Amino acid sequence: MDHWLRVAFYLLVVRPFLTFVIGMRVKGAQHLETNEQVVIVSNHNSHLDTVVLLDLVGVRRMARFRPVAAADYFEVSGPVEYFSHALFNILPIRRKGPGDQSQNPIDVMAQAIEAGESLILFPEGTRGEPEKLARFRSGVGVLVAKYPHLKVVPVWLEGMGKILPKGAWYPVPFNGSVNIGPPTAFTGDAKTITAAIEAMVQELGRETRASQFGTQP
Amino acid sequence: MTNQAALVDATVTASSPIALMGFVVLTILVTATTITYYLEQSRPGLNLREVWVKIRSWWFMAPLFWGCVAIDPRAGVGLVAVICYMALKEYYTLVHTVQADRGALFWSYLTIPIQFYWIGTGWYAMFSIFIPVYLMLFIPVRQVIEGETTDFVARTGRIYWGLLYFVYGLSHMAYMIKLGPGGRELLLWLVFLTQINDVCAFCWGKTFGRNKIAPKISPNKTWEGFLGGIFSTGLLAMFTSFMTPFTLKGAYMIGVGLGVAGFLGDLTVAAIKRDAGVKDASDFIPGHGGVLDRVNSLTFTAPLFFHFVRYFYF
Repeated sequence: MDHWLRVAFYLLVVRPFLTFVIGMRVKGAQHLETNEQVVIVSNHNSHLDTVVLLDLVGVRRMARFRPVAAADYFEVSGPVEYFSHALFNILPIRRKGPGDQSQNPIDVMAQAIEAGESLILFPEGTRGEPEKLARFRSGVGVLVAKYPHLKVVPVWLEGMGKILPKGAWYPVPFNGSVNIGPPTAFTGDAKTITAAIEAMVQELGRETRASQFGTQP
Repeated sequence: MTNQAALVDATVTASSPIALMGFVVLTILVTATTITYYLEQSRPGLNLREVWVKIRSWWFMAPLFWGCVAIDPRAGVGLVAVICYMALKEYYTLVHTVQADRGALFWSYLTIPIQFYWIGTGWYAMFSIFIPVYLMLFIPVRQVIEGETTDFVARTGRIYWGLLYFVYGLSHMAYMIKLGPGGRELLLWLVFLTQINDVCAFCWGKTFGRNKIAPKISPNKTWEGFLGGIFSTGLLAMFTSFMTPFTLKGAYMIGVGLGVAGFLGDLTVAAIKRDAGVKDASDFIPGHGGVLDRVNSLTFTAPLFFHFVRYFYF
């Protein structure tokens, strides 16, 4: 049932929205057409980010992908929780406060990976300031160091923070673009891997901004 | 002159001016495709990729616009509304906006369905004052409610200017359909001439272009392209004057005038893009750039031509 709900949602709501409101321009879409187990790592400025990435993954592969999301935000009871699971299939983790004894987020993600699932991860940890990249948290590096077979697909999302920034309750149309890098394997320690992934995402961002519709006259 | 000459039946028959116009456009498309094909065959060194992409896009755009206007006036009005929306979105993406502008931007987009509602009901007075009067007052008020005073004038001006150009200006195309019998023909004529002027200027410029006309704003534009363009447009205006109530001489002069106005519109949008540091407003239309790059000339020609014909013929 949930599968058909998702298919309907993505084809009837998300697709038209992405086409007419965002007019999205995608580079490197083929990099997401993989059947390997991957972690999609992206900058994060908007609730749209998850929707856009899941749409790019496509309804056929979507079931294997778990967007890692903050439980304190999405698991408040009611429709938000229901739709977070039904439409986005989130993997809820608890952002730790001081003295918090709940399960370590890394362990939650590790369990999903061992179950063969792919992850969508925003290592900035929060949507933050619109269109600015915050430093990456080291969780992604820890995971990739632990599971070297995992490939990382770096993604840069441009414009989502303008369309629906943090704190906004209605979208405003702008043209947005997505730049997807090739799936890459990493070896080494967590810190180095995190820095390398952050550098890749940043580079995709620079490339996106430099190639905005042919800056060269 | 009377508007008797412009009176045609609303339905499109095979011999009606609208059908004839479709035939002219089709002939031009076929000719352009054939010429490009032979150029490619005879001169293998020539790189015509860009031209091919442009022509392919024309094969979509021209039938789409002609079809919407010819089939049903409502489809024509609707298409212009969509064009306004796309152009406005590209403009707002290009210029610098901040989060505090979101409210005003949102209302600017909402202006489009309202403006086209006035057009649909044929309420001319409201159509012509809604954006210049009511939105002139409303957009700053929405900005004031937001309470952000940094760059207030620049931010508000930027938002409102886009509204004037890409909603108010372009929506004159849609109102031409509502002007009365003959309005649809005049709209097709206007769009045909404005676009063909761009194409002619491009071809003349590529072939004979030497002297830059506005090197700071649009380095590819030349005097040769500009003059050749308006001359060709004048001739084509004469040739297609069966669409209009104008005499041959009148059609020629209007054609030249549209060429000049279109050129100025093109330059103005080019200056916006320069300011934003991009060449094209998006890559929505392969080979042409964004919708903004295709309607830039129309932002000038549509309101000018509209008021010209309204004053003299309707």
